[in-house]
Amino acid sequence: MIEVKGLVKTYGNKRAVDGVSFTVRPGDILGFLGPNGAGKSTTMKMITGYLRPDAGTATVAGIDVAKDPVAVKSRIGYLPESAPAYGEMTVVEFLNFIGEVRGFRAAATRREKVERALALTHLESVRRQAIETLSKGYKQRVGFAQALLHEPPCLVLDEPTDGLDPNQKNEVRSLIKSMAADRAVILSTHILEEVDAICNRIIVISSGKVVVDETPDAFRARKPGARLDAIFRDLTSADA
Amino acid sequence: MSQITPVLKREFLGYFRSPVAYVFLIVFLVASVGLAFFVGGFFKANQASLQSFFVFQPWLYLFLIPAIGMRLWAEERRGGTIELLFTLPLTTLDAVLGKFFAAWAFLVLGLALTFPLAITVGWLGDPDWGVIAGGYLGSALMAGAYLAVCSLLSSLTKNQVIAFVLGVVVNLVLVFLGWSVFNGLLSGFLPVPAVDFIANLGFIPHFDAFAKGILDPSDFAYFGSVIALALTLNYVALER
Repeated sequence: MIEVKGLVKTYGNKRAVDGVSFTVRPGDILGFLGPNGAGKSTTMKMITGYLRPDAGTATVAGIDVAKDPVAVKSRIGYLPESAPAYGEMTVVEFLNFIGEVRGFRAAATRREKVERALALTHLESVRRQAIETLSKGYKQRVGFAQALLHEPPCLVLDEPTDGLDPNQKNEVRSLIKSMAADRAVILSTHILEEVDAICNRIIVISSGKVVVDETPDAFRARKPGARLDAIFRDLTSADA
Repeated sequence: MSQITPVLKREFLGYFRSPVAYVFLIVFLVASVGLAFFVGGFFKANQASLQSFFVFQPWLYLFLIPAIGMRLWAEERRGGTIELLFTLPLTTLDAVLGKFFAAWAFLVLGLALTFPLAITVGWLGDPDWGVIAGGYLGSALMAGAYLAVCSLLSSLTKNQVIAFVLGVVVNLVLVFLGWSVFNGLLSGFLPVPAVDFIANLGFIPHFDAFAKGILDPSDFAYFGSVIALALTLNYVALER
């Protein structure tokens, strides 16, 4: 569904992403791991068409994002880091705007999509509240609602549980799990337990390169009995 | 292209979701009518025309339009919503035009709200309605040119203060080029054709023609070219 081949992105003289390749199939929940600054967000921004890669390609459902960015963007639901949204709009206004851009021009269809997204993310109680007045947890959920409003075949989530309390984290995780059945999901995180809880594949990226691409079981088997973060530390110590 | 509408709608209504719209409209109306009455000698001139109203517009726009234009892109950059916007299925051109037309429509609304002045003139005397219509048309076009310049400058920074200051300075240059006082200075040491050429690059000579009721295609072309050029550069700056 999502195919990434040899992606490269350079900022100044720092190579943020250095030849990253992987494939995500429907049903996959790919945990994208790595220390801060390893290139996780940059890779996601290239897949979603926000940044143009210096080299390499990213294709979604067989469409090259560099060739037809709009077609790719309409197939992806993207939750950028820290869930940006237009703060002066209310939750419903914002989701209506997203729905309209996503092509739901008929008011009835749009309302249905918005209501579904509100229900899935438990936002009904704050629907008429301006987004800037919401707490971090609610803002994150608005970002979620926005990403899944059009029921996209691919979800790209940049630190979806960042800043949430343990209960909210649990809720978001079960939400992701419930949506993953026939979708390709990429989520980045630096919380290892999260990967263990929901992902069926792990990619560890360090200094812009993929150092691990395997199942959580295989990852754990690298050092039987050791904690996941010990394995993680061994793999990414080059970044420190 | 159909993706312009949702962006335009969101942006236009956005002015009314915050006090910006009301503050701007009130200041614009008080200042433009106040200048016409107290500085321009609206009554003293004893003429049924809006000449004393239109003559101050290039100067008023110098401060008010950068105040509207500064946030167009700088705010999106600062708030991170630019990443959201550009991962939605729309092109950069859709976004540039949607935002520009929304802000322009808002300015034209402000201009239209000065209509009681025209009614007053019509009630007190027998004005040439063609000249008044020309003045309004020229003013709207000139506002578009100021705005396009401000939109471009706003896309270069995430700091709205910088966007505002640059907007004032660049527009000031464009006003000065065509200001009779400045042209008088230039003619002290430059040949007349050179001064004419420079003056024609500025806003005022083209606006004055409209305000006199002269609808010359070359004046339409001038404002149209400034808008097109600034928005093209705006597009290029965002695509980079």
